[in-house]
Amino acid sequence: MYQTTATAAAAETSRSPFIRGLQQLARNKLGVIGGLLLLLTVIAAVGAPWIAPHHFAAVNFQIPFQTPGTAGYPLGTDDLGRDVLSRLLYGVRTSLWIGLLSVAVAVGVGTPLGLLAGYSRVADAVVSRLTDVALAFPFLIIAVGLAAIRGPSLENAAIALGIANIPIIVRVVRGEALRISGLEFVQAARAMNISQARILFQHLLPNASSVIIVQATVIIPVAIIGEAMLSFLGLGIQPPEPSLGIMLADAQEYIYRSPWAAVWPGLTIIVMCLGFNMFGDALRDALDPNAR
Amino acid sequence: MTTTAHETDSSPIRPDPLITVRDLRVAYDGQDAVRGASFAVAPGRSLAIVGGSGSGKSTTVKALLGLLPENARVVGGEVDYAGERLADLSEGTLRHYRGARIGLVPQDPMASLNPSMRIGDQICDALKQYGMRSKEDRRRRALQLMDDAGIPEPARRFRQYPHEFSGGMRQRILIAIALSGDPELLIADEPTSALDVTVQKRILDHLDTLAEDRGLTRILVTHDLGVAADRADEVVVMSDGEVVEQGTPRGILRAPSHPYSQRLVDAAPRLDAHRRREEAPREDDGGPSFLSIRGLVKDFKIRGFKEPLRAVDDVSFDIRKGTTTAVIGESGSGKSTVARITLGLEKATSGEARVGARAIRPESRDDIRYLRSLTQPVFQDPFSSLNPYWSVAGLIAESLVPRRDLGRAEKRRRVRECLDHVALPQSALGKYPGELSGGQRQRVAIARALVAEPELLVCDEAVSALDVLVQKQILDLLRGLQSEIGVSCLFITHDLGVTSEIADEVVVLRRGRVVEAGPVGRSSTPRRMSTRLLCWRPSQDGASEASSVFGAGGTELTSVTRHPALTHNTTKGEEWNASERGRSPGPERRRPSPQRI
Repeated sequence: MYQTTATAAAAETSRSPFIRGLQQLARNKLGVIGGLLLLLTVIAAVGAPWIAPHHFAAVNFQIPFQTPGTAGYPLGTDDLGRDVLSRLLYGVRTSLWIGLLSVAVAVGVGTPLGLLAGYSRVADAVVSRLTDVALAFPFLIIAVGLAAIRGPSLENAAIALGIANIPIIVRVVRGEALRISGLEFVQAARAMNISQARILFQHLLPNASSVIIVQATVIIPVAIIGEAMLSFLGLGIQPPEPSLGIMLADAQEYIYRSPWAAVWPGLTIIVMCLGFNMFGDALRDALDPNAR
Repeated sequence: MTTTAHETDSSPIRPDPLITVRDLRVAYDGQDAVRGASFAVAPGRSLAIVGGSGSGKSTTVKALLGLLPENARVVGGEVDYAGERLADLSEGTLRHYRGARIGLVPQDPMASLNPSMRIGDQICDALKQYGMRSKEDRRRRALQLMDDAGIPEPARRFRQYPHEFSGGMRQRILIAIALSGDPELLIADEPTSALDVTVQKRILDHLDTLAEDRGLTRILVTHDLGVAADRADEVVVMSDGEVVEQGTPRGILRAPSHPYSQRLVDAAPRLDAHRRREEAPREDDGGPSFLSIRGLVKDFKIRGFKEPLRAVDDVSFDIRKGTTTAVIGESGSGKSTVARITLGLEKATSGEARVGARAIRPESRDDIRYLRSLTQPVFQDPFSSLNPYWSVAGLIAESLVPRRDLGRAEKRRRVRECLDHVALPQSALGKYPGELSGGQRQRVAIARALVAEPELLVCDEAVSALDVLVQKQILDLLRGLQSEIGVSCLFITHDLGVTSEIADEVVVLRRGRVVEAGPVGRSSTPRRMSTRLLCWRPSQDGASEASSVFGAGGTELTSVTRHPALTHNTTKGEEWNASERGRSPGPERRRPSPQRI
């Protein structure tokens, strides 16, 4: 009995914390559900051209405002008689792309700045004051301003949303870096003449990875909704191209006549956000090498 | 009436034990943690359970209280409490028993109080549980309890929050809470292990007095045989889930019958250790000084105070080649700052350091780099001193990173060699810190320091977080390495016993100043009060001889007021400097890391 458990334990040990984390992730029910939801959205996004029964911009003025279940239009049609299901699938595609792109911008720029601010006092003074200034502006105003300057397009909206989220990433990463750089292994590295770049990226970064991942999963839904607002203002995606945000905004006008047109994109946003949050939460737990 | 006859000793046990444990077995997820523990405690007597980490001592106590975690189960044996079987009681009755009849003093005073609740309210909360209805009564009783627990100015302290209390003070509050239900049995689970030695003694003394006044039965859980022997009528030694020895403290200390107790007794650092040690072949006085420090001063600016805090004040010492100099002092004495300056992590305000013939100027980057290339650190906490995301191989190789002259194969060879030096198997290379025990981690930290072939090893409380047996192994290892490769060592500790085991020279710091310095032999008959206080260890002979030899310490400390920044939060009581071990209230740890780039 003792022997077998001991050997089993030995077999399981000596994997990197990342791999062990993934194994743990598979055991977390909520995380698996979140992962499946995400997988579903990714399939919808990637497979949209093949799955969608109609073209997303194909209008049919004969049949506007159909309820779900109509033959040929399983989720009904919108005010112009376009198929809601097809628009939804393409909408997921754009929204997911916007979410990922803006996270890439926010994390890509915010992480190094945050690490530096948390590690060096001088950098902290500069970076933190700048983020303070940036945070003084409401998130949307920045995004609107940036999108207006660069002109309306999907990529520009995503970049604007990403930039608007940089201060948040900087804050979170800085706090974590501050905590980690007080730990003895960083002190030891400094006493060993290890270069700063190495300390930042080999010591601080992996240890800060869990909070970065979690923050990223929070930013994606924020970006998806932010895009809806930008598009509503005419600064995001241009019609007739669909996005979940635009569909929601369009449906608002006819909410009393045809509430279904608002329900589907709203529900999809909820599912995506939930998926990202649940998966992110589980990922954080799984990646923490200290908690077992 | 039969009593459990596990007594090997003739110590009188009264016929009616308050609590009897018979062949208790507890398993975690099917793996045995406690394998048949039996003991009994008579009313008004005290029992100490002693064992290393993982010996099952805490699990035993948790089983008594019915507080086992979810994955643990009592798989056998029984616990009788005042004539009733605890297993037969309902959860409700058991809850009443906890607190009202059995009080618990938990281990960690830092984590056991709610940080966002006033101290007084936390005590009142407990009183409310025990049926005290009137708010006014509760308040009066809480103040009384605080006073009993030795909290000065209870009325003012009543309204304060835990962060305004030092570690020792918090432990006193926990004692007050444990006593609030007026229990008959008090269980203390490592109540002072997280505290400074000087505070440890006072808290334990106070706990004893309180318990004796109330005629309480006591169970003390500790890893320190000395503490146990000093304070208990009877000692139970546990190892690997089993009770290996049981008897009077004197009996166990004088003639331990089980090899494990034998090891425990041997491992305890002793003040006369240097006498037992073989004198290292010394080129006495003629030995070249590797590092010499003269007139070292370090000031810290504290926000909101004009006057800087002088953490280190005019400290001078030498470390000769191949020897160990120990810097000892209480927390807040500036000893860690000395270590950090020696490692080039902190810039001295003034003073002079010399390595051989070369002067180290604190403002010169080259000099600091040079200093860092000669020194290597070993820190206190084996849990935070290794990056959890790195494998052992990567961790050890890290200190070779600045050595660009070495090839990959050469580096790998050295890492392997170092692993042998610290007696770790080669298979450890692929492991991660999370898979290693505290002692193994500390070995990795030492290997990491040694692989760069430093001239000087700076050990900042390197063995303080380890239990006695592991501590002894690490000290032996360090001593062995020193005679083997002749590395010099600066050893920072608060424990004079450890100092005596390892050091050749001692510098005693108090409030940033050197109060005593010299070769180890001389310093172990301490002349100054503060050195004597530090010397306090639980006596080795089971009686309270140690305390009488060193007199009633603490008087000198009481009158001390320090920098306003340190005193404005805590009362100017005995424990101004008594935060938990390893986290000195000195400013060096206020901000996570004061850096200069």
